[in-house]
Amino acid sequence: MADVFRKMGSMAINGIWQLGFIARFFWLILVYSGQSFTRIHLTLRELYFSGVMSLLIILVSGLFVGLVLGLQGYETLQRYGASDSLGTLVALSLVRELGPVVAGLLFASRAGSAVTAEIGLMKVTEQLKAMDMMAVSPIARVVAPRFWGGVISMPLLAALFSAMGVFGGWLIGVVVIGVDDGAFWAQMQDAVDFRYDVLNGVIKSGVFGVAVALIAVFEGYDCVPTAEGVSRAITRTVVSSALAILALDFVMTSFMFRG
Amino acid sequence: MSRTTMDLWVGVFVAMGIAALFFLALKVGSISGSDIQSPYLLSARFDNIGGLKVRAPVKVAGVLVGRVSEIRYDNERFQAEVVFTVDGRYKFPTDTFANILTSGLLGEQYLGLDPGGEEKLLAPGDVIKKTQSAVVLEKLISQFMFSKAAEGEPAPAK
Amino acid sequence: MSEPLVRLENVRFAYGERAILRGISLSIPRGKVVAIMGGSGCGKTTLLRLIGGQERAVGGRVTVDGQDVAGLGRDALYALRRRMGMLFQFGALFTDMSVFDNVAFPLREHTDLPAELINDLVMMKLHAVGLRGAAKLMPGELSGGMARRVALARTIALDPMLLMYDEPFTGLDPISLGVIGQLIRRLNDALGASSVIVTHDIQESLQIVDYIYFISEGRVVAEGTPDEIRNSADPFVSQFVHAQADGPVPFHYPAGDYATALVGGAG
Ligand SMILES: Nc1ncnc2c1ncn2[C@@H]1O[C@H](COP(=O)(O)OP(=O)(O)OP(=O)(O)O)[C@@H](O)[C@H]1O
Ligand SMILES: [Mg+2]
Repeated sequence: MADVFRKMGSMAINGIWQLGFIARFFWLILVYSGQSFTRIHLTLRELYFSGVMSLLIILVSGLFVGLVLGLQGYETLQRYGASDSLGTLVALSLVRELGPVVAGLLFASRAGSAVTAEIGLMKVTEQLKAMDMMAVSPIARVVAPRFWGGVISMPLLAALFSAMGVFGGWLIGVVVIGVDDGAFWAQMQDAVDFRYDVLNGVIKSGVFGVAVALIAVFEGYDCVPTAEGVSRAITRTVVSSALAILALDFVMTSFMFRG
Repeated sequence: MSRTTMDLWVGVFVAMGIAALFFLALKVGSISGSDIQSPYLLSARFDNIGGLKVRAPVKVAGVLVGRVSEIRYDNERFQAEVVFTVDGRYKFPTDTFANILTSGLLGEQYLGLDPGGEEKLLAPGDVIKKTQSAVVLEKLISQFMFSKAAEGEPAPAK
Repeated sequence: MSEPLVRLENVRFAYGERAILRGISLSIPRGKVVAIMGGSGCGKTTLLRLIGGQERAVGGRVTVDGQDVAGLGRDALYALRRRMGMLFQFGALFTDMSVFDNVAFPLREHTDLPAELINDLVMMKLHAVGLRGAAKLMPGELSGGMARRVALARTIALDPMLLMYDEPFTGLDPISLGVIGQLIRRLNDALGASSVIVTHDIQESLQIVDYIYFISEGRVVAEGTPDEIRNSADPFVSQFVHAQADGPVPFHYPAGDYATALVGGAG
């Protein structure tokens, strides 16, 4: 029994230590971010690897989520004779929740894990130490651009996911099932507010971007420099990012969407 | 991968992302909520607001002119006070009538304004006096059933 | 000029509980090439890290060009490191850049030279290590020995005042080995730099270095010029020079009794 408590205690203490490390690391990244913007090609390269490379999976998933929302939503709505509200249902679910959250989860597993792996392997092969020895800060040169690449990519990817989803919902609802095109868009526009729904969704995806990018670079930088250490770090990136996204989503939703 | 191809792709990606944001802002959502021009506040008191919510639309003759910005309970008059924002382009006479209406049978509730015939216009901050409360479906049904019962006929089974 | 470039005074270092260096004193005079030798795992790489300021000594002092490395702030340390070059034991090439970009990296990071000049400098360095033709290859396409030579070219890119080579000869064929050895010597003299070579290759180092230190169990156990070493009667030195398995240098990492371990394992 005492053992269980001891274990819980040590887990709690470790967790707090870890948070402290991440916070310190975050601070360091901000301090060393100058180069990420003065030498913009460093960040552009990371935008390519985390943004462009995630494009396909985001677009395809967005489309399919939209198609399913269209089908299921129509199923339910037509029972109440409210199939005109299909656009509203699809758009609100995507813009407020599914867009940021699902795009965030996909982003964490596609781009976050790749960033962790890349930084981790650079650590294993002593590239980070070599850089440091050449008087080039690895945080400024390697970590910060990857962080900003992720932070910038995430809201764009979430927006693309939502837009693609709305398109999917429209495809099923209007083109396949035959919901009135005018009603679909008009009801949607009436119910979806730019500031309240769209902007809050974008803010969410921005926060997820910071969280996922920070976790990914931290886990890579902090990994045990062995093959096994890197593989564990990648797993941790995906798991912690998913948990962070869901927890942050809950907190933000409860602040943003009340009444 | 050469740097120029990479830059090109990044450019395409960012352009697509921004286009998607514009699509969400303009086509999916309506800027109107935040784009109400030179807005001013009006309020109205109701005995019962039913299911009216903050941000519910304010419509005149079916046209969206503003949104509900605040709902509170006035503890002196024992009434609900609904504060709403209206687009500055629209002016209403002082004898405007405020109703709480429902779009469709089960749709959302909104604030409907019926302009009267007065010459004087409502100024920002004014309170609309003439109001009609929300129709509460349960009340309506029980009224209907009581009146049927009073007529001595058995209530319909359904 | 008599003050040596690098001086270690009674330096002690431990990874956690395990003491690696137990009081090392040595100096690297300006303009000289010094070799450090010792058994595998005796702390040679660690020693270079201490000089570069990547690790801090537990006790003693490390001074480079008159500055106490452990006492430097980040900016001062980076300023000092710009004048050092370290060849990592496993090359540590940046795997996401071509050979050319790897060698150009320190130049691009620390100078504002125009692209043509960088191109010329990189090609000169690559030519020196015999890999001008490999400029466009990626590190993954190189053999171990080629990677080491590219790393060498990168190390010397900024013409540093102190060059540290961690095992520059491993993985090289006898021809390149001789060439690289001569290159290290010529570079040192041409740049007026000082060099430290960590190596196991005693025959090669005897030909090119000015002074040799032998390290064992965290201490300097023998030292001398190549001539002194060749003629030394020290059992430690002769074990190294003649590559004998038995002698003062233990082949085994400290462990319990072998027989006990086997019997214990079976039981
Ligand atoms: N990061 C570390 N954490 C803990 N112990 C370490 C670490 N790095 C090295 N060691 C230990 O320190 C000792 C010295 O390591 P070092 O790398 O300096 O050896 P070396 O002399 O360079 O050996 P080799 O000739 O094989 O390269 C080794 O026994 C190793 O086990
Ligand atoms: Mg070593």
